[in-house]
Amino acid sequence: MRKTDLLIIGGGSAGIAAALGAHDNGIKDIIIVERDFEYGGILQQCIHNGFGLHTFKEELSGPAYAEKYYALIKDKEGIKFMYNAAVIEIKDKIAIVQCAEGLINIEAKAIVLATGCRERPAGAIGLKGDRCEGVYTAGTAQRYLNKEGFLVGKKIFILGSGDIGLIMARRMTLEGAKVIGVAELQPYSNGLARNIKQCLEDFDIPLYLSHTVESIHGKGRLQSITLISVDDKLQKIQGSEQEIECDCLLLSIGLIPENTLVEDLGVTLDKRTKGAVVDETYMTSVDGIFACGNALHVHDLVDYVSIEAKKCGKAAADYIKGNKSKTEKQINVLGNGISYMVPQYFHLGEGIEFSFRVNKVFKQCKIHVTGVGIDKYVNKLGIVPSEMQKVLIKKEELANLNGELHWEVIE
Amino acid sequence: MIDVTIIGAGICGTLIAHKLSKYNLSVLVLEKANDVASGATGANSAMVHSGHDPKPGTLKCKYNLLGNRMYKDVCADLKVDYDPIGAYVVATTLEEEQKLDELINQCIERKVPYELLTGDEARNNEPNLSDDVTKALSLPTTAVVTPWLVAMAAMEESMLNDVELKLNYEVKKIERKDDYFIINDEIETKLIINCAGSHCDDITNMLRVSPYKVETKKGEYYVIDHTGKQLVHHVIYPVPTAKGKGVLAVPTVHHNILIGPNSDYIDDKDDVSTGSGLDYVKKEIAKTIKNVPFNKMIHTFAGNRPHIDLNDFYIQKDDEIENFIHVAGIESPGISAAPAIAEDVVETMVLPKFSTSIKQEYVKRKPYINMKKMSNEEKDALIKKDPDFGKLICRCEKVSLGEIKDVINRKCGATTIKGVKMRCRPGMGRCQGGFCEPEVVKIINKHLDQKIEDIKLDKNNSQIFCAYAKEDL
Repeated sequence: MRKTDLLIIGGGSAGIAAALGAHDNGIKDIIIVERDFEYGGILQQCIHNGFGLHTFKEELSGPAYAEKYYALIKDKEGIKFMYNAAVIEIKDKIAIVQCAEGLINIEAKAIVLATGCRERPAGAIGLKGDRCEGVYTAGTAQRYLNKEGFLVGKKIFILGSGDIGLIMARRMTLEGAKVIGVAELQPYSNGLARNIKQCLEDFDIPLYLSHTVESIHGKGRLQSITLISVDDKLQKIQGSEQEIECDCLLLSIGLIPENTLVEDLGVTLDKRTKGAVVDETYMTSVDGIFACGNALHVHDLVDYVSIEAKKCGKAAADYIKGNKSKTEKQINVLGNGISYMVPQYFHLGEGIEFSFRVNKVFKQCKIHVTGVGIDKYVNKLGIVPSEMQKVLIKKEELANLNGELHWEVIE
Repeated sequence: MIDVTIIGAGICGTLIAHKLSKYNLSVLVLEKANDVASGATGANSAMVHSGHDPKPGTLKCKYNLLGNRMYKDVCADLKVDYDPIGAYVVATTLEEEQKLDELINQCIERKVPYELLTGDEARNNEPNLSDDVTKALSLPTTAVVTPWLVAMAAMEESMLNDVELKLNYEVKKIERKDDYFIINDEIETKLIINCAGSHCDDITNMLRVSPYKVETKKGEYYVIDHTGKQLVHHVIYPVPTAKGKGVLAVPTVHHNILIGPNSDYIDDKDDVSTGSGLDYVKKEIAKTIKNVPFNKMIHTFAGNRPHIDLNDFYIQKDDEIENFIHVAGIESPGISAAPAIAEDVVETMVLPKFSTSIKQEYVKRKPYINMKKMSNEEKDALIKKDPDFGKLICRCEKVSLGEIKDVINRKCGATTIKGVKMRCRPGMGRCQGGFCEPEVVKIINKHLDQKIEDIKLDKNNSQIFCAYAKEDL
């Protein structure tokens, strides 16, 4: 049995930042378990620019961001990486790690889940039609292209306007593939505005809003898809089908926080985020188990992952040091327009920055926050579901709460 | 001159080959696809029925009952999974309760163990049964298996004992000469067993006008992930109708839940597309089970069942052509019946044709290395012997590099991404291969010496590679 103060599962952007936050807060015995042979996680296949504007005030590629952030921890004493190692089970606070040396039990005073997320596959939406080759999640196609060096299609259609799909539209176009179009079920894009501009508009790739793929066709390799439009209730409009020839369908239809490891441990998951329910210290419903990054909720920017994970690491360090006294639990109650909120509940004592998403496009609106002693409006301009929102509520504003804080969007 | 040639490497063809591999005979198995178990054997309800349901007096009834009793031993012998979880046939109306009484009578006649439960008793054991369920017929001898692994294991062990398998070999022509056959102008054989599934009639038509016509019936299924609380612990059947056994919920050997199938005739025998059948399945299952977590659905698939117009299995020596044996129309309960069919065909139709003897030495296969079945101490010891077992490739199903190498480096081993997936499960989980598929590609590239350009997802024209990137990466 090995022992450590803090065990971090996952050495991607969240894991590295959590280690930094904990180390800065006095914890000098940290193990990061990483499944891959190197740090950085999914950043290593994101060779496009756009990372680091908040953190480093410059535009970096994914690998460059990972390297630059890793540089902040690499000389710190007491942070140890285990590569090619996977946590296969957690029992109490003992993690069982599978690696080339064997199965290693590591007992930790606290555990941070920084396991990232996975892509929603074709099977999860019951995509109908032939069982042919050529249907990929956008991230897998990205991995094949950017790490293995080959294209999985030459004539591409993309379902879902998530950011990875948009990025891949541009990337595959630059590599000589023809991207015929992107279909989005919702009447608005699910990607960042800058990606719509830089990845679609700049390459004249059409975006079909309120459309979805009805079925796929092909023997062996994909030959075509049937595109169909949907009404404002997202119901398919019969008769609007059109057949589009393509040899590859990329799916960018959502990311799901990876929490399989802790489901059996009794960690409560939030149906909306599909990540753990946490308090303001990012501690889950199981004492001493923390979660951050895309394992907690899917972020739009890596910079926000780093900021959140660093705070999570700092909080885990506080926990290890025994600063555990917490006041009564306050719950966020979500009203009109809010699709989720992190943290889901909190304790009084400090100001808290809340992260949330809205459930539709709001051109001009106010976030209305109410509770005992607080009735606050925060003006927001042009907010969309694809962009994570943050609202900071000061310590004084929360001082008189008695159990609930209500949130709603007012147009 | 080959003694026995088997056309088709599904569960019947491979189990017949396996039976014959014990004798001093030369045996050849021809398979059109690039892997065994590529047809109906690879896509079905993955279970062994008790034999309560088939019409009296049919071959389906006879072989299902016999097969059910053989399965445990067959799986133990081949070292593949067998889990006798039992089944409930649930009734929701008075009419359906009467139908249960008919099934009970069949159980009594056939000596199939059963128990009749009230709706509440059944719900006590299976809380997710619909509130409408009034009675349930419990059938404890129902089991779940992995049919394609039965076929793969049978083929592997046959090959270890000198049976030859030709994959990617399509039979296009058969000629009858004196007392032997010539297949595709090159293979001479004394006896042919036609196990060609959906194409049995096509094969027969090469020699004579086929006495039956295969009409393909397609069944579509949902696969639900195995996280969280399991939906049901028994196979749940509705009361059967003229159309068949209806839409089932089957907890698989790996604790996924299969929901399906529908049953629709299709024209193209090789069409395994999914479509409106899934909507029907969703509607039907709601009649017997509540709270089906379709939000945990990870996959859908369709399987084709070779139905013949005689409405029963067609298992016999051809009445015109000597030494030509039909194993045709093997639709449900074909998986359940297969071991009994194989035994009967070999003992009553093949062996009497040859003066042969049992092999003195017989090589048993080793089971696939499956770390999920090991204790942590056993896993640790295995990794210390071979660190490849410490490298996790598939995170969802927890499959290591060592386990994947094991299923590709053996007789009847995997050669495609799907072949690996069917044998040891990388890609069967909730990410459906999103993370591990590129790793599996690299493993196939390295250990089977296939070029990246040639590696296939599944069938022969399903290469994943399209073009190299322009830049040097």
